[in-house]
Amino acid sequence: MRFVDEFRDAELGRALAAQIHALAEPGRNYKVMEVCGGHTHSIYKYGIDDLLPDQVELVHGPGCPVCVIPMGRVDDGMAIAERPEVIFTCFGDMMRVPGSERNFLEAKAEGADIRMVYSPLDALRIAKSNPDREVVFFAIGFETTAPSTALTLKRAKAEGIENFSCMCSHVTIVPPLRALLDSPDLRLDGFIGPGHVSTIVGVRPFEFIPGDYGKPLVTSGFEPLDILQSIEMILSQLANGRCCVENQYKRVVPYEGNVPALRVMAEVFELRPHFEWRGLGFISQSALKLSAAYSDLDAELRFEVPGVRVADPKACQCGEVLKGVIKPWECKVFGTACTPEHAIGTCMVSPEGACAAYYNYGRFAREKELV
Amino acid sequence: MSPAARTEAGREERVLEIIETARSKRPRFKDDRITMAHGAGGKATQTLIEGLLAPAFQSEALAELGDAGAVETNGARLAITTDSFVVKPIRFPGGSIGELAVNGTVNDLAVSGARPLALTCSLVLEEGLSADELRAEVEAMASAAEEAQVEIVSGDTKVVERGHCDSMYVCTTGLGRVDDRAALSTRAIEPGDRILVSGPVGAHGTAIMLARGELGLDAEISSDTRSLWPAADTLLEAAGSGLRAMRDATRGGIASALNELARASGVAMQVSEGAIPVLPEVAGAAELLGIDPAYVANEGVLVAFVAPGAADAALAALRSVAGFEEAAEIGEVRSEPPGMVLVDTAFGGRRVMDLLAGDPLPRIC
Repeated sequence: MRFVDEFRDAELGRALAAQIHALAEPGRNYKVMEVCGGHTHSIYKYGIDDLLPDQVELVHGPGCPVCVIPMGRVDDGMAIAERPEVIFTCFGDMMRVPGSERNFLEAKAEGADIRMVYSPLDALRIAKSNPDREVVFFAIGFETTAPSTALTLKRAKAEGIENFSCMCSHVTIVPPLRALLDSPDLRLDGFIGPGHVSTIVGVRPFEFIPGDYGKPLVTSGFEPLDILQSIEMILSQLANGRCCVENQYKRVVPYEGNVPALRVMAEVFELRPHFEWRGLGFISQSALKLSAAYSDLDAELRFEVPGVRVADPKACQCGEVLKGVIKPWECKVFGTACTPEHAIGTCMVSPEGACAAYYNYGRFAREKELV
Repeated sequence: MSPAARTEAGREERVLEIIETARSKRPRFKDDRITMAHGAGGKATQTLIEGLLAPAFQSEALAELGDAGAVETNGARLAITTDSFVVKPIRFPGGSIGELAVNGTVNDLAVSGARPLALTCSLVLEEGLSADELRAEVEAMASAAEEAQVEIVSGDTKVVERGHCDSMYVCTTGLGRVDDRAALSTRAIEPGDRILVSGPVGAHGTAIMLARGELGLDAEISSDTRSLWPAADTLLEAAGSGLRAMRDATRGGIASALNELARASGVAMQVSEGAIPVLPEVAGAAELLGIDPAYVANEGVLVAFVAPGAADAALAALRSVAGFEEAAEIGEVRSEPPGMVLVDTAFGGRRVMDLLAGDPLPRIC
């Protein structure tokens, strides 16, 4: 495939890996966090960590939008989905996220009208063709997907579609990163910055990471050569005593981001004072809700939701995994009570989660020789 | 390695061992209700079959978990199989439910080394279905049967109220005679065997996905539905007893087929990602949708395991059959770690190719 294969060239990959090997100081260990779940997925899909020296460890960050939704939030969505007049719509990977009693896939089997959609506009289309039903879109995602939800809400309002509403669980990327960096047991040397989010927010919002916390960040694309090059750039900063934000993904990410998208988000959304993240707890101003002008389309106001906080399962150590304090396999329930089929924790839920990725792909990555 | 690092490596090893033990146990069916995941061909389907059906029916032939069961009578070896077709939409580029219903069952026989003899056909029709649509599907079945040289000898019809089925469902049962050259078993695969795939993968599932029109994506991709008997016949002729096992790579794609057989034979498989044939348009659609063609359903692709000495001849023979020119060798069987399928990525890394836990797309066949 043209314009894709060029970024997957194995020979260039080996050359970059050799540069990384050369940059890694003997005896020093490097922990680099890839913030975005998309990066985690690429790393496992292409076996990128196989090419890295043992002393460079990739830590999978909090950037999987499905994984971070807490159980109480799933329960709230479930309460809406189980109303007979409601058609509840969400992205496919939300279907398996555990609530306190069941997930959406199980609720669907029990009779709730829950439908997978590929875009919020599909949900709006369902609303138009079912005028006698209430159609609710369960919106998740970082700044990457928030603009498309915002545009859908604008269109719903402009067209006067009254049987459509949105349960907004959009989150923002900077507050959880700050929370991670503030945590005393954090052990990270640098960050692979989230490429997709940065296409919207730009590079500027990440300047505080080198500025306030002294850790380099390189905004990265998602092809294997992108990721290797970003790791090389981080190690090169560390080797040369530099510390700044660099943009490896210049072909897509402008420094200022996507200004029209940011404008429409500002019109439709406002920050929630607090939002609970699975595994990370409450983080101030880390999520979006519908602004006052759009409150008539807010499903949480239109329908009654329990709004009960459900504690993360005690045995689950997702928080520590996300901070890079422990590796997935070091969690007490990893692979036994908590598996991709029956996930307890956030990191096991979506294929982009750190534990699921390790469970599915990582186990034999280090065994170079097959018998 | 420092002592601390060694202890850590040991701990990781132990955790991995616990997981492997848990995985190699027969799965138990503990779910409260059937969800769409149970029909997806991944882990939930495996749990349903190995945890509920196989233990209840207690059949040696069933426990083999082949695509067809073997029955012996008066020295004749017969193979019997059955399949239901609920695909949505019922017509799609390259085929339709009727054609699929014939080829799907013929293929389950073919990969069991059985020459298809006869089919039965059971129709579940929704009240209100147009007679023209029904007629078109019946004709599609007739011509697929003629092409596969198999007779439809018996059948049944039922009609259910509107809304109780989606247009029509088709159930076919197939009877075949196990070929004298065939010594196939899902448990016969040995380290050193070569893994062949009969053609480009992922076309059927991708065609269905696009035909549903939910993705706003347009590409000229046709289902690969076809009879696999010519391919099976050729492999039996070229490899003889060197042909260990074959599998029809339908739901869950070649990834699921490889995993099922790695488990059944207690072997590891090493697949080279770059060697798996994928049509460029399928690769493009899969890229856009973020799915791996290895997990996408096929309706005319088999994987075959051939002893090393017979592999080259088998592949060359397969490539000479019309429709299978792009057959390829994609990997090799190893002994450790048993039950696992590992992929060498085209980029130079390695990863596990596991069964899917979720459901990429329901009702593809």
